[in-house]
Amino acid sequence: MLKHTLLARLPLAPVAASLLAFAAPASAQLAGDVFIHDPSTLTYSDGRWYTFGTRGGGLSSEDGWTWEDGAVRPGGGVAPDTIKIGDRYYVSWAVGGGGMSGGHASDVKMMWTKSLDPNSPDFAFHEIGTVASSDGYENHDAIDPAFLYQDGRLWLSYGTYFGSIRIIELDPATGLRVAGNEPVEIAIDMEATALMYRDGWYYLLGTHGTCCDGPNSTYNIRVGRSRSPTGPYLDNMGQPLLRGGGKLVAASHDRMIGAGHFGLIDLGDDIQKFSLHYEADMERSGRSVLAIEPLLWRDGWPVAGENVRPGTYQIQSQRSGNTLQLQTDFVRIPFDARRSFMAGPDDPIVTVPAQTLPDVEAGWPDGPVRVDLSAYMVRPNQHWTITPAPEAGGWFGAPFYRITVEGTGRALAATDDREIAAVPADASDDSQLWRIDQLIDGTYRITPKRYADEGLAMVAIGTSTPSLVPFDAGSDAGRWQFKLP
Amino acid sequence: MITKWTAASIVTTALALWAVNADAREPGQYPPLSDYFSAATAAPTTPDADGFITRWLLLEPISKPNPTNTVFTRSYVREELTPATYPGDFTAVPRDGQRVNGLRWHALDSRLWDVKLFNFAQALDKPKYGVLFWAVTVIDVPEEMDGVRLAVGSNSASRWWFNGEEVAGLYDDRRMVMDDVLSDRLTLKAGRNVIRGAIINGPGLSDFCLRFLDADGQPIRNLAIDIK
Repeated sequence: MLKHTLLARLPLAPVAASLLAFAAPASAQLAGDVFIHDPSTLTYSDGRWYTFGTRGGGLSSEDGWTWEDGAVRPGGGVAPDTIKIGDRYYVSWAVGGGGMSGGHASDVKMMWTKSLDPNSPDFAFHEIGTVASSDGYENHDAIDPAFLYQDGRLWLSYGTYFGSIRIIELDPATGLRVAGNEPVEIAIDMEATALMYRDGWYYLLGTHGTCCDGPNSTYNIRVGRSRSPTGPYLDNMGQPLLRGGGKLVAASHDRMIGAGHFGLIDLGDDIQKFSLHYEADMERSGRSVLAIEPLLWRDGWPVAGENVRPGTYQIQSQRSGNTLQLQTDFVRIPFDARRSFMAGPDDPIVTVPAQTLPDVEAGWPDGPVRVDLSAYMVRPNQHWTITPAPEAGGWFGAPFYRITVEGTGRALAATDDREIAAVPADASDDSQLWRIDQLIDGTYRITPKRYADEGLAMVAIGTSTPSLVPFDAGSDAGRWQFKLP
Repeated sequence: MITKWTAASIVTTALALWAVNADAREPGQYPPLSDYFSAATAAPTTPDADGFITRWLLLEPISKPNPTNTVFTRSYVREELTPATYPGDFTAVPRDGQRVNGLRWHALDSRLWDVKLFNFAQALDKPKYGVLFWAVTVIDVPEEMDGVRLAVGSNSASRWWFNGEEVAGLYDDRRMVMDDVLSDRLTLKAGRNVIRGAIINGPGLSDFCLRFLDADGQPIRNLAIDIK
């Protein structure tokens, strides 16, 4: 059934389509056990990434793609967050509150451990105490804590739709409230907040809408920013978040409904992603699931990006604007240029057919063929079909991909000598798998799975020459755009 | 996270709704009305610094149980919030203290930029979830103004009438955002103009905010608000 779902959507050539035999639905971003509500910010400990959810427990993963149950968080309660400072992992969570039958009396608690790995000898939680509360009568609900550690100061935002979002300052050495610190109200009508800092701005993200109603949940993630952690936070229109403002960051898409509970993942090299949960994954019984998506920055504002969608594209170098192509002889489209120039105004207008694969393929060499870069000419050797290969795994919210010349069995591969060639497609060959990660400017980094651990990526080392070399985030050479033909 | 209960079923939600209303059994521990409102004075008032209208006649909430705000479709709201369901004479301005169907009108000045209907109901020991509120105010305009828009935000759905004509509707599961929905261009006539609104909520924190914006999108402040 899964195979049919994808095949119905994609105009793929037979060879490429056969590679999808075990493909998951396009919207099912992550593999393994991904069921969670209110995931905490992904945190790295002892070789794995961890996230904790409501009611204890959580998920962990080595690669950000395949997740498994088994993370351990004591204390029960709801909606934790995690941050590492020094050798401590602080965990904040809330007990009580949440509204409705739970009322609004709640305590935000703190604890720490030196490892999040339940098998580590350093795994031992030490409860610190309560750092914020709501009394059940005020217009406030002290749950959903979120950390920000910036310039040596530790901040914690919390609250829900029921009244205000507040922020307090904690002592990073102890996890306790700074003496004399009083909560400051910074927003209304949101919950599941998160804090970020970038280029002199503090960003407050929060979730608007309503949760916990499966595919009818209206959750969506919004943002405002301020020069101070205590606000005032305004959106891009100057609307105060204390008056309901908020610029959209992420909402429902495809088969994923109800985006909430943002958590920043800064992977370096201009790759930022964010964790969230969707209230309903329509391919997974409408249950709440963990997701990881690219984070872009546009004019100083964060906005959700998207993984490259399956389809056929030209792959354009940000360095020169040239496009990736199979090194083949240029084949002229039959055309009488002299007659065209001499045509009179009353001569009939005819359509000139595009060059197609059968027009040129017979002249292409067999076996491996190197690739280069050239100005886009709408030719078959310049069109690449991108096919997710989630059965082969993935990395932080994106599956591995196969990249083939459209309509052919020629797959882009990382060669033994760390160059790039199109070779006969082979579903068992890891050198034909690529990571495609969206960078914060919206372009993409294309990384061969084979050499990912060496930090190599496809880079335009010359105007017309791509190779596999270390990615430099300060250069356009390793940035690519996928443009529709 | 809005609600930490896991089941989103109607039955569970309805039970939860009942449980919350049961919490109101201990009035006095909640914030008093004076935290959010003061009695409207005899003298007219003006909009606040941002143009928000803060003087209103508020009718005590009408119980209208709804377990979720996703039921507030355009059709539902237009059927339930209509001049026909208005308790009393839709063409008349109610008086402070006037009772209708056992419910009392209160002439109040909000201490905030918005009108906290949830706290209004809570302070009066009235139902605060699954409720329908009516609000009325009167503005006195010094001279006719064209190209004006009524800008309103509400939690949750609401409908608004200006001098008897419907000018704005806010539907579906919605939280209050300033300037959320704007009317078509209106003419504020010189003298009295009457604004009426109805706000409905299920499990939400009911409130609304309303102001007038001029043709340049700037708030209008040279109004006298007098609900007599």
